[in-house]
Amino acid sequence: MNDETIICRCEDITYKEVADAVDEGYTTLDEIKRKLRCGMGPCQGRTCMRLIARIIREKTGRHLDEILMPTSRPPEKPVPLGIFASYEIASKNARNCKRSEQFRSIFGGEDD
Amino acid sequence: MTDIAIIGGGVNGCALAYELAKKGVNATVFEKGYLGSGATGRCGGGIRQQFDTEDNIRLAMESVKIFEKIEKELGYDIEYDQGGYLVLAHSDEEAEKFKKNVELQRSMGLGVNFLENNEIHALVPILDLEGARAVGGTFCQTDGYANPFKVTEAYAKNAERLGAEIKTFTEVKGIKKEKKQFGIITEKEKIKADVVVNAAGCYSKNIAEMVGVNLPNKPYRHEILATEILKPVLKPMIISFKDGIYFCQHKTGQIVGGIGNPDEPSGINPSSSFWFLEKMAKTITRYIPAFKNLNVLRQWAGMYDVTPDARPILGKTNVKNFFVVCGFSGHGFMVAPVTAKLMSELIIDGKSSIPIDSLSIDRFKKGIIRKEGAVVG
Repeated sequence: MNDETIICRCEDITYKEVADAVDEGYTTLDEIKRKLRCGMGPCQGRTCMRLIARIIREKTGRHLDEILMPTSRPPEKPVPLGIFASYEIASKNARNCKRSEQFRSIFGGEDD
Repeated sequence: MTDIAIIGGGVNGCALAYELAKKGVNATVFEKGYLGSGATGRCGGGIRQQFDTEDNIRLAMESVKIFEKIEKELGYDIEYDQGGYLVLAHSDEEAEKFKKNVELQRSMGLGVNFLENNEIHALVPILDLEGARAVGGTFCQTDGYANPFKVTEAYAKNAERLGAEIKTFTEVKGIKKEKKQFGIITEKEKIKADVVVNAAGCYSKNIAEMVGVNLPNKPYRHEILATEILKPVLKPMIISFKDGIYFCQHKTGQIVGGIGNPDEPSGINPSSSFWFLEKMAKTITRYIPAFKNLNVLRQWAGMYDVTPDARPILGKTNVKNFFVVCGFSGHGFMVAPVTAKLMSELIIDGKSSIPIDSLSIDRFKKGIIRKEGAVVG
């Protein structure tokens, strides 16, 4: 890897930009994500997060286990708004409603 | 030992640290996560002046004056964009109310207009006015957006440059009232402070309880999503109080927006719901059918720190030298620059250049509350 190596392909972030952020004191993946937008593009960090964790380890000496992955946000992969707009799953309040057969067939799980 | 302990490293805590540092006062910010890890970093970044109570309009207008100069003052690109806010009316009754709001806002010097549907169409051609069931709306060009992380970082870096200390990943576990000082207890140490400022967002009620101050605030979850990046298609932020929706296109290209759930119970709950995703998708595609093909990349949630009148609580409390900067009810980011300035004046000089007495905690005792009606999300 050199300074110009692209670490985050979605947002065009280079090794140097990540390394500089770590040097500046941003030593968690959550902070680097918010500072540089790594992990905010279409791949949602699948490509870059482990690479960035390794750069943090290199520069801080911290163990990879201590470098926590950011919370993964739904949906699992990019999904067009029109798909969700066409669903009739959630009722007035999804938390209080019984899960429908259709919901269970897609997402699994039992009623609470 | 610090002069002033600020609890909460969101935009309000960091901006206050900066304003205090400018006055030569040494402040320490205690943040349990990273800077902006609470409501600041989860918000949509909108900056709106179109409110319906005078206090909120005045604060927001003063805040915009600061935002307009802040990139220069702090030496940071905060992605500030004054694309305007378009507030849609859905009935003649709502339109009449909006016209009254415009009258009040204009009397205070805000450049805002009521637009008929043909004018809205000329402004935002991509918006389907029939789908949105709009009968008009109000538009203010100087409303806009900035990146909350960048604003927080800009304030924090400048505060540190001027001598403030910022302790991230440092949770305040307790506050001990001593004779003339406070002892701020963290996992690692106890730090003495002459003054404490509670800027802890949805945790401000818990922090206030540590010194025996009772706040009427309640936390509510609000959800939001971001899409893939598009070429510029949408200039203003679009909001509707009736549908509870707001969305805009950031400078970086993604559409970001949220919609409120009127049945959301109070409580701290950072999880994402399918209810939100479905409701947001249905509503936004009704407003802009072309977005049916737009990919959602992620959804997340943040907490509003809500007061009984949806206006912030600023100022002194019945515990001497314990101040509160909380209860922003979803509008903390947009008024942070002015709030920090006024609070630094109140704390150091004993008086703020714009009166904020009407936002003091005492208003709830007196029972003279006027609820802000222009709340969304």
